[in-house]
Formats: sequence, structure tokens, C-alpha cells
Amino acid sequence: MDFTLPEEIEMLRKTVREFVEKRLLPISMQVEEEDKIPDEIVDEMKDMGFFGLPFPEEYDGVGMGELGYVVALEELGAANAAFGNLIGAHTGIAGMSIYLDGTPEQKQKYIPPMARGEMIGAFALTEPNAGSDAAAIETTARREGDKYILNGSKMWITNGPIANVIIVFAVTDKTLGARGGISAFIVENTFPGYRVGKVDKKMGLHGSYTSELIFEDCVVPAENLLGKPGLGFVTAMKALDMGRIGLAAGAVGAAQKALEMSIQWANQRVQFGKPIGEQQAIQWMLAEMATEIHAARLMTYHAAYKADRGERVSREAAMVKMFASEMACRVVDKAVQIHGGTGYMAEHPVERMYRDARILKIYEGTNEIQRLVIARDLLKAGK
Amino acid sequence: MKVIVCIKQVPDTTEVKIDPKTNTLIREGVPSIINPFDTYAIEEGIRLKETYGGTVTVISMGPPQVKESLKEAIAMGADDAYLLSDRAFAGSDTLATSYTLASGVRFLGGADLIICGKQAIDGDTAQVGPGIAEELDIPHITYVKKIRQIDNSRIVVERMVEGGIEVASTTLPALITVVKDINQPRLPSLKGIMRAKRTEIRVLGAFDLGVDQTRTGLDGSPTEVIKIFTPEVRAKGEMLDGDVEQQARTLVERLKEARVI
Repeated sequence: MDFTLPEEIEMLRKTVREFVEKRLLPISMQVEEEDKIPDEIVDEMKDMGFFGLPFPEEYDGVGMGELGYVVALEELGAANAAFGNLIGAHTGIAGMSIYLDGTPEQKQKYIPPMARGEMIGAFALTEPNAGSDAAAIETTARREGDKYILNGSKMWITNGPIANVIIVFAVTDKTLGARGGISAFIVENTFPGYRVGKVDKKMGLHGSYTSELIFEDCVVPAENLLGKPGLGFVTAMKALDMGRIGLAAGAVGAAQKALEMSIQWANQRVQFGKPIGEQQAIQWMLAEMATEIHAARLMTYHAAYKADRGERVSREAAMVKMFASEMACRVVDKAVQIHGGTGYMAEHPVERMYRDARILKIYEGTNEIQRLVIARDLLKAGK
Repeated sequence: MKVIVCIKQVPDTTEVKIDPKTNTLIREGVPSIINPFDTYAIEEGIRLKETYGGTVTVISMGPPQVKESLKEAIAMGADDAYLLSDRAFAGSDTLATSYTLASGVRFLGGADLIICGKQAIDGDTAQVGPGIAEELDIPHITYVKKIRQIDNSRIVVERMVEGGIEVASTTLPALITVVKDINQPRLPSLKGIMRAKRTEIRVLGAFDLGVDQTRTGLDGSPTEVIKIFTPEVRAKGEMLDGDVEQQARTLVERLKEARVI
């Protein structure tokens, strides 16, 4: 049993932390207000390799596996959530779908430009009538010679307005449902019949774009079918396992930042003639925050470690996603409480973090779905 | 173009605390970093390589832990790195350090350009760069803020001098020391970190370098530290009131009182 992270991952952490402190934290408020990450920052992130974090070096990736990915996303989590969200949707679920189930040709065609950030990825599963009930997908794909024709729409798609490569899930055989009837496709934004619909306004995650995607007789070459026909759902679940571990890492990083700000505030804010950190009520909150963060961090690292060993991690991914997201919401809530009125003001980062954390319990599979995944896996193993 | 960059690992002074009893630095548990001025030297070397081609090799003298800093230089974009490390080098002053680093440069077959930071933030002497050049018998230009022009045989630079900028040129091979105005050092790239992991940092000892051991380490260091102390804080001067004429009159009076005039 050895809890030491490999030397290169420690170096990765140090580098990402320095980048976050020097480049991202100073503009976190600007991103919030302008609802946009400045282009030059996105370019810098591309140059540094953020867009290829989980992929091997032969695909122009960083080559530090899921564990390296997790540590980088944890550090990114300290800044505005938009940064981690951009990378998470791009690499964690979109790129990962191609990496896990793509043919050698598909991987060679899409992963290197995605890893270099020349192509931005999005993952399009959710629809107006299909969210947690993913099998209720209504978007269809009809085979016509060497093409598929897609019709339908997707909603709340992260990176939607800026995506060049979209992983789209569509019904290829209505009679078979989720098991055998849904296929995954790699759609480029230049394909005829594809367009971006309404761009959403959100409670938080400002600077991260979310939109509707519309497919009207969208023509997709047959070689862009991803994975086996009818098994799109399997691809989605495998990619989401990785995505959920990454999401948990971002939650840990955000919670850690909220704790650090709370400690600083507790030492500095004087009430009743002494710093509020000397009050037991505040101390208990800090102790609980730190303990929960510690637990979530170790769970996340463990799930990533297991994924890197090629083991199945669906249960662990669901557990860390559920636990870390709920932990983050409790921690940021306490952070606001410790900061008092200051923490409720829009100019303070904890106010933004409070709003940003809320989505963690909803996206990449609601926490209710995570509980289902965990329970079904437990019951199946017990049979 | 073959560039060699000499770096030093130093304690991160932003993390250093002073022992109030002894007035000395508490070095335990203080993280080590690349001397900040040397990061500009590494960056300039990498930029020259990117523009003109060639290689950037980074060398340092110090204990085995300095490998970490050398790996960081590789993650930034240097091609390879060597650590000059031997018990025989321990206790080196700036003269012995210059000799040892110059021996490292010779071992590597020399360079077209050697780049150093203007000084290290711990010793603050600014002697090692010029020392290396003297030992190698090549020209050097200190406090360089811009390389205006460089080709295979010549370099033209702008250097910081008191009250202005001096344009200087010299033949290559040469050594320059750089100031922080010269560039903005990049962070290591995430991919560079994996390359650094794979790159083996070769360690060169006294025997490998073939150095004269009477010129290295404590034996080769004529510098003697007699005393280290914190300078006394000078009392605040007297501020003179009134208009200029009045102030001048008071000043003359005071100077007379002090028998200065």
C-alpha cells in the first residue's frame, strides 16, 4: 500500500497549480461577468496540453492516464468552474468516447487534433424527453447507403456552441431500446444538416457554454458510426464512468479552495473581540469540511488508479460522483456561512462557488441515477 | 546553435523564515526552486532554439536533489541536462563554482552561447557568470535585456546600465547574463513533464570532468566568511518643513551644527 503519487504527477500538480494561481484565478471574476473565457487563455491551455490530458502521448496527449487527469482537474477546480467544465466535456466524455470505442482510424483522425485543442468536443446524449431515462432518446439515425441520416435535437450540451466534434447518440432500431437500439456517431459541425440551437442561460457555470443542438437530415458518413451498431449506450456508460471520476476531482478542488478561503477568513474576521476562528461553531464547520474533502479526494484517486489498471469502475465512479458532488455542496454552503454577509455578495468568489457547485449533483447522471447504479451493482454482485 | 544554460537551485525565499534568536535563515522544510533569474536564461535559450534551431543543454552544480530543477528545465523545453555533483565540490565559493561549471562546459565540448541569470537570489554575488567566461577565456556581457541580433559568429545585445541601455556586441562563443526584462518564462508544458520523466539526468563528478581538485570545493575557495549579520536599521531622518527657501536655510544650519560645512 503506497499513497505516494508518481513523481511526474506531482510535477503536473505543481505546474497546473502555478498556472491556476498566475493565469486563471486573476481572471475568474472576469470570466464570471463576461460569461466567456478569454481566447488567449484558451490558447495557452491548448499549448500547455490541457486538451489532451487523459490520452497517451502517441495521440499527442499528456500520457498520465486517469490519475494525471484527475490531479489536473482537481487543481483547475480552484478557479472558475468554466475551465474544468471546458476540459471535462471535451476530454472526459467526448474524446474519451472515441478513445475507448473508436476504430484505429477514428482515433487517429480525431484524438490528436482534439488533444492539441484544434477540435473541441461535446457529448450529446440528453434530449427534451430523455435525461435520466436515456433510453427514451428520440433522435433517429437512418442508414442510407454509405451514410446515416440523423434527425432530432439534443439539449443542455456543454461546449455545444463551440464544438467541432460531437458524440451523438441516436436510435437505430426502435424495437430494441437502450440495449441494442441506440448507436453512437461522431458528428462534425461542418456536416450538412447540423446546427447549434438556443444557447442556455444558467444559474452558474458562467463562461462555460451550454446549448441545444439540432439535426435536420444531418448527413453522417457510415464510417463515423462509433463502436458497434446498437451498442451506443455501452460507449456512453464507459465514457461517463471516466467523466464522473473527473467531475469528482473538480468538486474536490473547488471544495478545497472554499476551505482555504474559509480558514483565511476565520483567522481574519474579528467579532466579539477575537477572530471568529476561535469560536467553536466555526471550528466545527472547518473540521467537517476538511474531513469530507479528504475522504472524497482519496475515493477519487482510488477510482482513477483502478481505471488506470484497466479494471471496471462503474460502481466506484458512481460513488465518487455522488459523494464528491454532495460533499462539495455541503462545503461551499458552510463556506458561505463562515463568510457571513460577505459570502453572499456577488463580488466574493464563494458566492460564485455556491452557485457553481449545485450542478454537480445533477449533470453527468443525477445523483439519484448514481444511487441506482451503485445499488444495482451491489444487488447483482450479491446474487 | 549550441546553447548551454547554467542554473542554480536555491531555497524559495518567499517561504524562508528567519530564526529570531540566531538571525539566520531557517532552511529546513523550505522548498527548493530554480533561481528565478535563471528561468529567464532557460527561456531565452529555448527561444533561440525555436528561432534558429540547435540545442539547449542545462547544467548545474549541486547535490543530487538539483536533478528536480534540471527536470523542470527539460519540461520547459531544454533538450538535455547534466548535474555536476561530487563531494569534492562541496563548500565551493564563486571562484570554485565558476571553475567547476566551466569544466562542465568544456566536458560538453563548449557552446556557441552560454546563458546565466544575472545573479542568484541567495548569494546575490553576480560573480559566477563572468567567472565562467574568464575561466573559458571567452567574452561576456552582463545584464542583457534583449538579444538584438545573433548569427554564427556574432551577438548584438542591449544591456541594462545605470540610467540607460547600452548596446554591446561581441564575437561568439560568448557568455551573457540576463535580467528579468528579457522575456516571460513559460511554465513547463504538461507533455514536457513526461519527456522530463524519461530523460535521464547524467551526473558528472570530479573524475568525469578531469578537474584539478585543488581548485574545487573548499580547497579551491579562497573566500572566507568572517561574520554574517543583519544590518542595523538606520533611524529615520529629520523631515524639514516650510517652503524651499526655509528648508534650505534649516538644512545649512543643521549641516553647520554637524560641522559638515
